[in-house]
Amino acid sequence: MKRFDYVRPATVAEAVAAAAEPGAAYLAGGTNLLDLMKSGAAAPGRLVDVSRLPGLDRIEELPDGGLRIGALVRNADLAHDSDFARRFPAIAEALLSGASAQLRNAATVGGNLLQRTRCAWFADPASACNRRAPGSGCDARGGDSRQQAVLGWNEACVATHPSDFCVPLAALDAVVEIEGRAGRRAVAFEDFHRLPGQTPERETTLAQGELVVALRLPAGAEAFSANARYLKVRERTSFAFAVVSAAAALRLEGGRIAEARLALGGVAAKPWRCPEAEALLAGRPPGPEAFRQAAEAALAEARAPGDNAFKIELARRTAARALTLALAGTPARVPALPASPFAPVPGALVHA
Amino acid sequence: MSFSISLSVNGVTREVALDDPRVTLLDLLRERLHLTGSKKGCDRGQCGACTVLLDGRRVNACLALAVACDGAEVVTIEGLAAQDPSGADGLHPVQAAFIAHDGFQCGFCTPGQIMSAVGLIREGQAGDDPERVREGMSGNLCRCGAYAGITEAVLEAQRVLTAGDAGHEQEDAA
Repeated sequence: MKRFDYVRPATVAEAVAAAAEPGAAYLAGGTNLLDLMKSGAAAPGRLVDVSRLPGLDRIEELPDGGLRIGALVRNADLAHDSDFARRFPAIAEALLSGASAQLRNAATVGGNLLQRTRCAWFADPASACNRRAPGSGCDARGGDSRQQAVLGWNEACVATHPSDFCVPLAALDAVVEIEGRAGRRAVAFEDFHRLPGQTPERETTLAQGELVVALRLPAGAEAFSANARYLKVRERTSFAFAVVSAAAALRLEGGRIAEARLALGGVAAKPWRCPEAEALLAGRPPGPEAFRQAAEAALAEARAPGDNAFKIELARRTAARALTLALAGTPARVPALPASPFAPVPGALVHA
Repeated sequence: MSFSISLSVNGVTREVALDDPRVTLLDLLRERLHLTGSKKGCDRGQCGACTVLLDGRRVNACLALAVACDGAEVVTIEGLAAQDPSGADGLHPVQAAFIAHDGFQCGFCTPGQIMSAVGLIREGQAGDDPERVREGMSGNLCRCGAYAGITEAVLEAQRVLTAGDAGHEQEDAA
């Protein structure tokens, strides 16, 4: 691990100033950053420890009926906040389907948004990777493409965003609050993460030194609480990143879909919102036909960079099934195996 | 640059001068404080062998910087029995349950499994559902495959700890 300076500022303003120079990185839970520093994939010259900044670990009601979640709220605390889980069940389920209990106790809301791709070539400093070392090429091409993108990728980069949490956040129109030297700004979730384009190394809209301070959920997001699910297909039942995942939420009125939300994980360099699918579902009676058509629309532009064409059909089926689960209704409690396709019945035993 | 930190480890305040900010909490425990019960398996947060309680919550000690733990309270496997010696042979009830149910074979993952189980029981999310216990313990790998015994041990320890006395959990968390 490269040696670094360690500073622990007392205020957000001090933190932003301390991270102004290139090479500085913020440290909160550290669960992803330290891992990358150990492999050499990340080598910051300065760590700005923001984990104790005051006021960023709260969940607050907003006057307009929305909810504001401080960037330092730990994943486990958010998922197990019973009021939050009742109002935003798909987000709680996504959180609990990610990582392990130990990691969720350390990882923060802000850090989850900023976690890096798990592309194996990104994590290996001996490999060419345009995301880690701009202009060096992409050794992922031709390699195992199971975790690679099928949407929004290009020749420069085929990496996927690994977050579960971010998938329902994208579906529910979350807003990211950012503090920088020029003050505070708010960015729609859709605009926070970037597709690779010609600058895959620029993963988010954040400028050097800008700090995520909070996440907001708009008042309207709660309207989906009765029919909202997250579904995650992975290589093992627990503690694995998504091959493909989907967040689905429905607002039903008089036997029809008044409004639908759909986002996919594991398929692109950013959490992938599916507006075409949502538009197709609005006003229709819910059911297998509508869900399959929505899934087709969501993946209409998909193409495989390698041997991962299976992910396109897998993503369609995952999307349709997530919508089916949402229609069946949000379970009273997050299932024993959160987001698992192998646990259709809450509390049911998979391994007898 | 050197850093002076103070943290409570198993109830004892330790003042440590760190000459390097790269030291993880795990390396601090093992290499500097000679508490080698917490194991270094993968050193990448994937195996759970380094699990300790940090301010009462289970975390991977390999992914925490020691310098960032200044002021924290840490409990490792070495200090667990002293917190609650009500199990057989003066062990913590979770330790006793692991022995009673053969929750290990080679023993390498065991300190992490036990600390993780203590954390899981405190979190109070699993109830008596073995599937929730397995899910809640999925951050701890056991290459010997002692999972069946581990699940039984966690369930029994939880029964003992929650039935034992109502004030126990509070006292434990203090």
